Amino acid sequence: MKLRSRCRLVPLVLLAVCAVTLIGWVCTARGEGGEPRYFAVKNARIVPVSGPVIENGTVVIAKGLIQAVGANVAIPPEAWVIDGKGLTVYPGLIDAGTNLGLAQDDDASKKRSAGAAASRPEDRPATTPWRVAADELKTDDKRIESWRNAGFTTALTVPDGGIFPGQAAVIDLAGERPGDYVVRPRASVPLSFKPVGGFFGFPDSLMGTIAYVRQVLDDTAWYAQAEPIYQANPTKTDRLPYDRTEFILSRALQNNELVLLPANSSIQIVRGVRLANEWKIRAVLYGGQQGYEVAAALAASKIPVLVNLKWPERAKDSDPEAEQTLRELRFRDRAPGTPTALAKAGVKFAFYSDGLAAPKDIFKSVKRATDAGLAPDAALRAMTLDAADILGLGDRLGSIAPGKIANLVVTDGDIFNEKTKVKHVFVDGRWFVVHEETPPEKPGEKKPADDDGAAAARSNHVEGVGR
Amino acid sequence: MNPKILCAAAILVAFAPVASRAQNPSTILIQNATILTVTHGNIEHGSILIRDGKIAAVGADLKAPEGATVIDATGQFVMPGIIDCHSHIAVDGSVNEAGPAVSSMANIADVLNPDDIDIYRDLAGGVTAANILHGSANPIGGQTVVIKLRWGKPASELPFEGALPGIKFALGENPKHSNFPTPPGVTPRYPGTRLGVEEVIRQAFIEAREYKKQWDDYNRRKSTGEQNLIPPRRDVRLDPLVEVMDGKRYVHAHCYRADEILMLIRVANEFGFKVRTFQHVLEGYKIADEIAAAGAGGSTFSDWWAYKMEAFDAIPYNAALMTERGVIASVNSDDAQEARQLNQEAAKSMKFGGLSANDALKLITLNPAIQLGIDARAGSIDVGKDADLAIYNHDPLSVYAVVQKTLIDGQVYFDRQRDIAQRSTLASEKQSLLDKEKKSAEEKKAEEKKAEENSEKQPEKKPSQKKKPPQAGNGNGNTGIVTGVAGGAR
Repeated sequence: MKLRSRCRLVPLVLLAVCAVTLIGWVCTARGEGGEPRYFAVKNARIVPVSGPVIENGTVVIAKGLIQAVGANVAIPPEAWVIDGKGLTVYPGLIDAGTNLGLAQDDDASKKRSAGAAASRPEDRPATTPWRVAADELKTDDKRIESWRNAGFTTALTVPDGGIFPGQAAVIDLAGERPGDYVVRPRASVPLSFKPVGGFFGFPDSLMGTIAYVRQVLDDTAWYAQAEPIYQANPTKTDRLPYDRTEFILSRALQNNELVLLPANSSIQIVRGVRLANEWKIRAVLYGGQQGYEVAAALAASKIPVLVNLKWPERAKDSDPEAEQTLRELRFRDRAPGTPTALAKAGVKFAFYSDGLAAPKDIFKSVKRATDAGLAPDAALRAMTLDAADILGLGDRLGSIAPGKIANLVVTDGDIFNEKTKVKHVFVDGRWFVVHEETPPEKPGEKKPADDDGAAAARSNHVEGVGR
Repeated sequence: MNPKILCAAAILVAFAPVASRAQNPSTILIQNATILTVTHGNIEHGSILIRDGKIAAVGADLKAPEGATVIDATGQFVMPGIIDCHSHIAVDGSVNEAGPAVSSMANIADVLNPDDIDIYRDLAGGVTAANILHGSANPIGGQTVVIKLRWGKPASELPFEGALPGIKFALGENPKHSNFPTPPGVTPRYPGTRLGVEEVIRQAFIEAREYKKQWDDYNRRKSTGEQNLIPPRRDVRLDPLVEVMDGKRYVHAHCYRADEILMLIRVANEFGFKVRTFQHVLEGYKIADEIAAAGAGGSTFSDWWAYKMEAFDAIPYNAALMTERGVIASVNSDDAQEARQLNQEAAKSMKFGGLSANDALKLITLNPAIQLGIDARAGSIDVGKDADLAIYNHDPLSVYAVVQKTLIDGQVYFDRQRDIAQRSTLASEKQSLLDKEKKSAEEKKAEEKKAEENSEKQPEKKPSQKKKPPQAGNGNGNTGIVTGVAGGAR
């Protein structure tokens, strides 16, 4: 606060002159200002995921990365030491599909998904691949904190609205400013096959939407091929027209970004595999809930799957007299068995929470999967290392190993036990202590004497270090 | 049979994982049946030997080879599996990409839905293959595909191997939106007249011709070794039209009136392609000679008419009259329900027009097979053809006929006895799933109620201890876990 108010006091004319000095000073201040960069959690049970469990070991964090992990690890003298007796250290959890930090259902999103004005592919209906989630992060999204308190340190945050809504980002769930959150700004290109045209616009059918995507990918491939030829021979070839979609997408695909294809039912999954092969994209399917029917085909395709943890259920206010088909009933009954089937078939998968409102619902959903036979180890992998691998960040996220980003969650027991509490969370080596939630008081009730503590409990049950 | 019962049965049998999937015995003998070969007469007390999915022998005195599965069809009738030349089943999502006047980029093959219950229901009506068409909202509609009704197989295994793909055209009221009033505030889509429909088709083929030329030029220049060529853009809308001009894709044109049918024949001549089938073609009887001369087939309804202006001149004699004048004619369903009784639809042409029983059968077997270019493999009971068969308890042209078994590639995909036997098992499975869901919903409700009660009590609890940031000292809030401050472990 002091810093900021001082900045305001600096007259504008001096601002430019001072800028260099000021930035230098800020850096120094951050370096020396008490924010610890070294930590050690000792005497803890450590679940590295990438290796065997260490029953009594130490994790050392240095400057945002994991420096060492093991049963006998030297603790650097400058480290803050946390006694992990009775505690378990896991890699920070990864939620592989959210809209954390993004505005939801806003007008812009609705506008993006409307394609009524379009009558053919050249009109590029509901197509905004230039929209980058990393550039739109709102770090005051309350959910970021609640996800972090539950042990999530990383998320794929995906823009929505339209057939090509934009580009998704991998973010860590803490930082000083939005840029600090972003682990990979242009991580993937999500697709939706939802028709946008109504009866009089294009595309207004599933097959039209797929045809549209095919045309856009063809155009993008054409642009990627034509651009270097034109640049090398500007005097001998026709000038290339500029199309924002082709320009952005050709770079994204050359950059090997993942393409997220919607595929929840078995038909959609089989179709997704076929389209991924036809389009020669680095595809990941999302949804995946009827994967139990086609696990073998998925395994053969080697395409990974992001499994949505919002399991299908009968619509809340559905007509009780409405005929339920056996197929729907079976789907609702068996969907939580999908992770088990995928694990058995050797399909690489991760979990994502899209559609669930709170982290406690995520753990309830995971429990349904483990109740249906998924080994807890496999569930943990799906939320850590396998998720990191699928997102192409397995070299820096997803396990407790030297050199990885220091994303950790420290609990007082098995992370999948509903009684377990998260005690500490580290995000990029930033330490957060999780306190037990205290429900808000009822209005009119007498305030407790200790104003300070109550206020802290009400407003924020996590405290960062050195803020 | 009561259609309601059949519907219920179909719903129940729908997803039985083992039972609904046919076994795969390589050798089957269907014996002691009346065999309606369609191409070479009927055989009383005859047998059909099936090997590896193909018809290996047909005759009166066939013995079952060792290990063969025998289907005793005493008193029953075997006919070639019915081929529905106009169907919209097994489609995921809308069958119309209705926005653009030319929606040839849309492809039914992209959205085949192998889980559509109508596949099973149509199997129960003896149908083994169907021409799955895009809707009729556009002068040039989407790409189409011929499938076999291989219930239980994934989408990739539905298409009829080797059948040429098609494309839907549509003339008249539907593409000019006569019966879909444009809502206020929306610009009506062009075309709005029959003249406009012709213009849209011609314009699209002019573009396709130019597009083809661009590619031919590019390929020619490339083959001479020219460097740094930028290829033309691929256009998913024009590709199928080029295939039409190259004879690699069939045109199935929805049409009613004689004038518009003649128009399309002229346009096709101009651009050097043939219309493979005129669909509905309700006034086909008026210009049967012209249709026959154009080498096109006619696929019509038995007796639907007067449901819109352009359908007023339809007569139930259409199929018979077109047949008499040398048009390859078929009777189609255009409807998942009607597809289950195409045998009866065909029989109507015996009453209206006096077709022979065999010619009536042809309307739903050999003729649609010819129209779809699959007659080398389907449409009659001949040695070497696919064993796609329907077994009825009576003569299929009788109203009393009910399908007993339907085979595709020699596999039983529908078996009435098995269907009946499974109904109670499936019904009880369904009931137990419903009960389970109900129980868990009740548990969830109770849990929520409990949580609500708890949260009402909770505010009485004391608030948590005072917390202090760690750098302020040793404390780190109420957990008390930190044992040292920076440097403290030294």
